[in-house]
Amino acid sequence: MPPDRPDPEALLARVKDEEARQRRGKLKIFFGAAAGVGKTYAMLEAGRDERADGRDVVVGYVETHQRAETDALLAGLEPLPPRSVEYGGTSLRELDLDGALARRPALILVDELAHTNAPGSRHAKRWQDVLELLDAGIDVYTTMNVQHVESLNDVIAKITGVVVRETVPDSVLEQADDVELIDLPPDDLLERFREGKVYVPDQAQEAIKNFFRKGNLIALRELALRRTADRVDAQMRVYRREHAIEKVWPVTERLLVCVNASPLSARLVRATKRMADRLDAPWIAAYVETPAQLRMPQEDKDRVVQTRRLAEQLGAETVTLSGRTMSEAILGFAHDRNVTKIVVGKPRRSLWQRMLLGSIVDALVRGSGDIDIEVISGEREDATPIAPVRRRAIPTEWAPYVWATAVVALASGVAWLTLPFFELANLVMVYLLGIVVVATHYGQGPSLLSSVLSVAALDFLFVPPVYTFAVSDVRYLFLFAVMLVVGLVTSSLAARIRTQADAASQRERRTAALYAMSRELASARGVEPLLAIAVRHISEVFRSPVVVLLPGAGGSLDAWSGGQFKLDANDLGVARWVHEHHQPAGLGTATLPGASALYLPLQAPRGPVGVLGVRPPDGHAFDAPDQLHQLETFSNQTALAIERAQLADEAQDAQVRIETERLRSSLLSSVSHDLRTPLATITGAASTILESGSQLDAQARQELLESVREEAERLNRLVQNLLEMTRLESGALQLHREWHPLEEVIGAALSRLGKKLSGRRVHTSVPSDLPLVPIDDVLVEQVLVNLLDNAIKYTPAESPIRIMATSTDEAVTVEIADHGPGLPRGEEDRIFEKFYRAQPDRGRGSGLGLAICQGIVKAHGGRIWAQNLPEGGVAFLFTLPRVGTPPAVPADA
Amino acid sequence: MPDPVIVLIEDEPQIRRFLRATLTGQGYRLFEAGTGADGVMEVGSRQPDVVIVDLGLPDMDGLEVIRRIREWTAVPVIVLSARGQERDKVTALDGGADDYLSKPFSAGELLARIRVALRHTAGASHESDEATFKVGELRVDQLHRRVQVGEREIRLTPIEYKLLTTLVHHAGKVVTHQQLLREVWGPAHTEQAHYVRVYMAHLRHKLEGEPARPRYLLTEAGVGYRLTAE
Repeated sequence: MPPDRPDPEALLARVKDEEARQRRGKLKIFFGAAAGVGKTYAMLEAGRDERADGRDVVVGYVETHQRAETDALLAGLEPLPPRSVEYGGTSLRELDLDGALARRPALILVDELAHTNAPGSRHAKRWQDVLELLDAGIDVYTTMNVQHVESLNDVIAKITGVVVRETVPDSVLEQADDVELIDLPPDDLLERFREGKVYVPDQAQEAIKNFFRKGNLIALRELALRRTADRVDAQMRVYRREHAIEKVWPVTERLLVCVNASPLSARLVRATKRMADRLDAPWIAAYVETPAQLRMPQEDKDRVVQTRRLAEQLGAETVTLSGRTMSEAILGFAHDRNVTKIVVGKPRRSLWQRMLLGSIVDALVRGSGDIDIEVISGEREDATPIAPVRRRAIPTEWAPYVWATAVVALASGVAWLTLPFFELANLVMVYLLGIVVVATHYGQGPSLLSSVLSVAALDFLFVPPVYTFAVSDVRYLFLFAVMLVVGLVTSSLAARIRTQADAASQRERRTAALYAMSRELASARGVEPLLAIAVRHISEVFRSPVVVLLPGAGGSLDAWSGGQFKLDANDLGVARWVHEHHQPAGLGTATLPGASALYLPLQAPRGPVGVLGVRPPDGHAFDAPDQLHQLETFSNQTALAIERAQLADEAQDAQVRIETERLRSSLLSSVSHDLRTPLATITGAASTILESGSQLDAQARQELLESVREEAERLNRLVQNLLEMTRLESGALQLHREWHPLEEVIGAALSRLGKKLSGRRVHTSVPSDLPLVPIDDVLVEQVLVNLLDNAIKYTPAESPIRIMATSTDEAVTVEIADHGPGLPRGEEDRIFEKFYRAQPDRGRGSGLGLAICQGIVKAHGGRIWAQNLPEGGVAFLFTLPRVGTPPAVPADA
Repeated sequence: MPDPVIVLIEDEPQIRRFLRATLTGQGYRLFEAGTGADGVMEVGSRQPDVVIVDLGLPDMDGLEVIRRIREWTAVPVIVLSARGQERDKVTALDGGADDYLSKPFSAGELLARIRVALRHTAGASHESDEATFKVGELRVDQLHRRVQVGEREIRLTPIEYKLLTTLVHHAGKVVTHQQLLREVWGPAHTEQAHYVRVYMAHLRHKLEGEPARPRYLLTEAGVGYRLTAE
């Protein structure tokens, strides 16, 4: 293949991408450096142009700030009435998302993409509203300033000194089909600002004035231009790739950024995002869980969560690593994933701390091999102060300390006893043993206490002068110091081992839970049991009630009956939204956070199979991405299992269809043969009589007529059987059960067979006390007729037939035995299959008689089977269950 | 006695042709109708001795034809229907038909039914006088309330005897469970079909040589009973 041809896989991906884009609405962003450059104006003008071209344009939300020229542009464009939200006593106007979706214009204009919606709205942010509009196939024009770009947020804060809270993820900007830069030179903008043409909210007068400084505006303009240029550059790359202008090398760079609880981590994440964009490389944000993390204050934990969310929003893959030391965990992961560059913050430990404890950067650099390490400054000025509380007060348990004291006392006792035999230095070992015991059993605090007590006891009891804390020889001080240090090191090591074990066991528990669930799911059959298993496991692991919603007929979404909490109308609405948009929503997410529970789509490879709802008791359990990921893992497993069950059902249906098809064709060939043979005989015989009747002698005529009648009877039987079978199979068979003496039904069958039985000895043995049985007499008579008919057909004309009925408490068994050749071995079961003939060469039947018998007996709740008899011949047996109590019959004198 | 008149109400021309050949060959005068409405008119104008009605007619239900005929005449009605429609037959019989035949049937069966029907019409005036019923070995002497099989005297309970005489009264014709219940136990017991079955079993054990293979008291599954007449 010539190297410059586009890769077919890539082409296919592009075609699919194109198709998805076709269905989606088009997003155009009017992008500017600052307020007042004329974005809204430009957007409205563009809207008017579209309108003039005959497109259905609606103004979704525009803030004109009462500027005359903007207001003038609004005239003639259809406005969408805004949604009013009461919040904190004031009435806020918001974009009416549902109204817009219902109105379905071709194009909607929505100002201020970065806007934060009023509480109680479906989405927290307006850009989410816009994405939903695009999903619905509506084109959107919107406006945005460079300061709202998430990845530039920190840079802008540094330049202008104003921290912007309302940000838009870069992905939204990247998704835009068009970004139009609205540019205005800083001097012109300042001019406009001075003329009061730039809208300034009253409460932020001063800040805005600081903001509109020439230096700021130049920097912002540069950022906006550069961001737009980056985009153009990316477009160029895509164009080249599509047209195979340049060979695209496989991804060579992969970045890893290490985040921790430091407030500077967010800056690291943003910097890495920018770096990754420039390199066009994927990037990973890694957080290392060390034993110390478990003792971190809640505030730090929250910050870690926020940083990781930010990284996810910026397009990073986030992972949590655990290991003995940070550097070890990071390097191990980096090597596994072929990371080429690790981004870390400048160490914040002081020089002596670094010398004593080492620094992560040093460790990384030492072990990095061919991986680059980028160290980024962590400047402190924009750092929000860290809460001074490093450790929460934990209620102290006193028992371990008592035990620690007791161990020291014991060690002292042992030392006292062994004093005559050992030197003082050896006694130290006894105490150290005690410290180790305390450390491994009771953790850090008690072992610290025991270290101190041990030193004190040694000094007091054994070091001369004894029974005082005074020390005669200075060398002993050194001994104490060493003993104390050994004790401290031992206790901290022991404590670390304990917390590491705790962390490991927590992970272990989750992994085990996931494993247990997938194992149970794998062994379950059918959707119902699967759901029961999933709900039970998820609610146990996350200690929250769980519901599942499944799509029903006609596109509805219904709660599965085994759910653990009730859904109100609001929750149902959230669940529907989740199902339709394939995104999590509800509690703890940015979409519809007012719901009482978190809802996740059950997303299987073929599409959504339902919605999982979890209602954590404390309301915050899923704020951490870890928890959310964990829950997603569980929901993915569940979705896969549900899809597997559905596929199995479909496969079974297909199997049934194939089987039905096979039967149908077999029926057709069998029926056409069985119908044609008698018809041929009848036609032939009748035409012979008609055409040459006068030349035939009486006997020949008689024979022809006999054969006409016989074949007609055969046809009749066949048609009868086919009808019967159809009735049985279509489920149209209705049992008319009444209480019958079986003898009478046997009698009816025998008289119906009439002359066919002539010359046969038929032994019937029906006990006179045989109870009445609840049966449909017409159908059971049919069973008897078919079985007897078979016996007549397949046995020698003179051989006897035996009919026997016996009764147990549960059922009456009827046996019809003949003295024929019996059944071929192994065919006792197959003969009940449709169109199966034991001896095809001898077969005169339709192959339906026994199948009909089986159908009828089964409909009665009975069983039918055949067995060869030891004395020769075959016996057909069937049972008719005795259900209910036979009715009483009044006696008659 | 003039040739008996038969009205045949049947929409299938082939069956009409076959019956025409059979019946006229036997000396019956046959009038045919292809629809229920024509048939009711034929019955009104021809004063037949027997009416043969197919249950599946194009214009109206065979049951409706019987109901209309029964409004003014007691002429014997023989119903033709397919096997598997036992409930329809019972409805027809309880609704005024005298007997039925399942398609396909042989000419012999039909002629036997017609003979029975004609005998009942002819005997309607003096049947009760002829107090002794004989078929095969079985003798029922209603005047002296004696039942014999061959030389053997059979002792019957009152209900068994009532049941037997009811069948004798309709000898050769099918009698539904409903009819038997009404005539033997009275109109209040028409739901207890198992009464009939249990007493019929008693009767067979007393009258039949081989009760599971009866000669006289035949069962028509899903419909009723028939006492052999010839």
